[in-house]
Amino acid sequence: MKTILNARQLEITVDRLCHQLIENHGDFSNTVLLGLQPRGVWLGNRIYNHLQPLLPGADIRYGKIDITFYRDDFSKKGKHIPVPNETTIKFPIENKRIVLIDDVLYTGRSTRAALDAMLDFGRPSSVELLALIDRRFSRELPIQATYVGRTVDANVTENVRVLWTERDGRDEVVLE
Amino acid sequence: MSLSVKHLLGIRDLTRQDIEQIFQTADEFKAVLQRPIKKVPTLRDTTIVNVFFENSTRTRISFELAEKRLGADVINFSASGSSVSKGETLIDTVHNILSMKVDMVVMRHSASGAPHFLSRHIDVPIVNAGDGINEHPTQALLDAFSIREKLGGVEGKKIAICGDIMHSRVALSNIYALKKLGAEVTVVGPPTLIPKHLAEALGVNVTYNMREALEWADVANVLRIQLERQNMPLFSSLREYNLAYGVTRELLDSLKKEVVIMHPGPINRGVELDSAVADGNESIILQQVENGVAIRMAVLYLLSGRKG
Repeated sequence: MKTILNARQLEITVDRLCHQLIENHGDFSNTVLLGLQPRGVWLGNRIYNHLQPLLPGADIRYGKIDITFYRDDFSKKGKHIPVPNETTIKFPIENKRIVLIDDVLYTGRSTRAALDAMLDFGRPSSVELLALIDRRFSRELPIQATYVGRTVDANVTENVRVLWTERDGRDEVVLE
Repeated sequence: MSLSVKHLLGIRDLTRQDIEQIFQTADEFKAVLQRPIKKVPTLRDTTIVNVFFENSTRTRISFELAEKRLGADVINFSASGSSVSKGETLIDTVHNILSMKVDMVVMRHSASGAPHFLSRHIDVPIVNAGDGINEHPTQALLDAFSIREKLGGVEGKKIAICGDIMHSRVALSNIYALKKLGAEVTVVGPPTLIPKHLAEALGVNVTYNMREALEWADVANVLRIQLERQNMPLFSSLREYNLAYGVTRELLDSLKKEVVIMHPGPINRGVELDSAVADGNESIILQQVENGVAIRMAVLYLLSGRKG
């Protein structure tokens, strides 16, 4: 097991991603953040909580979107049926600038499903993707992230795991 | 996660964990049904055939809507006007339909055990949409789901199942589901409409007094009198039945508590249930219908994954 980001590096990376978002989205008055269920929401929560003190008084809209029913591999899952998670989008996304947030960008299929799921809620003016880890050279679809925490070149047999204190007891990104 | 069964033939075969997984999935499908676009593409490569050998309106529409909301292709088959009237057997009918490459079968049949028989001959998942006087599992699931939604849970709740217990597949499936989820169940109705050994066989309370049952219950699930299944009269008249076992406004108002009223439909208004009760504040009958689509979406979703 190899550490890609330790707790301190992860904190700095989240801080940098937040500042990059502010550069492009200002006070977020026309922007919506959407964390991808289940794992992207942990990063989404961090980003949302980190942005609040950086933009006092700003009304940042943050939702969670589940892609279970939009996967393109459902019939190939056999006995392992994905358990759906909650989708919480309590505001209109029509004509808004969307930032999709996921922890790891790998094949791009989750992002594709998220785009499909999102379009059922409205037609945004633009969509960006923020990923903590970009496993480049592993893409199966023409999708790339707008904001990247760290780029990782990993073998297909390796697994990138993002650990969060709230869920796993520590902040760390590891390659297994 | 997946269900412990390949087919949904009855609640009897399900574990408590299965039921809770169906509810958890239905919660998310219910959220989908509240959106402006009420459809997801989950089963877009799946073809489902609804084989109805017995009349049905709401169950067939509910299944069809659930299938379409999941993006599946749907074929409807009704026995009336089909080759069944020329003497074709059940197994031949279904084999012919399956030859057209369908992935799931939803079946209603007037003979108890018909879907069980079919499940031994075909390989695709089968959902029982009601078989004779045996089971109606999706109705029981949506009933328990509606109770959970209304009262915050099923465990420990007191449910009275009222009326024609003898001929009701809804009653049997309800008893299995509610007992598995930890509810207390009392059945109430005329002695002629309650099977003799029900209490010992299924661990439920039996009473023949409607007032006593309603005073005890948090929820009354009132069943339709199924005259079409009675070979001989089992009570003297509908009027007399209404006087003794009808859930009326006066009866409910005379209780010192509120009882949630449910009915699987179609209602014989003025017989087992008065209009003032069916349309009253205690009634969650229309929520049951709404929840039916979400529950059926969950069942189809969880079973269709088993085809791979």
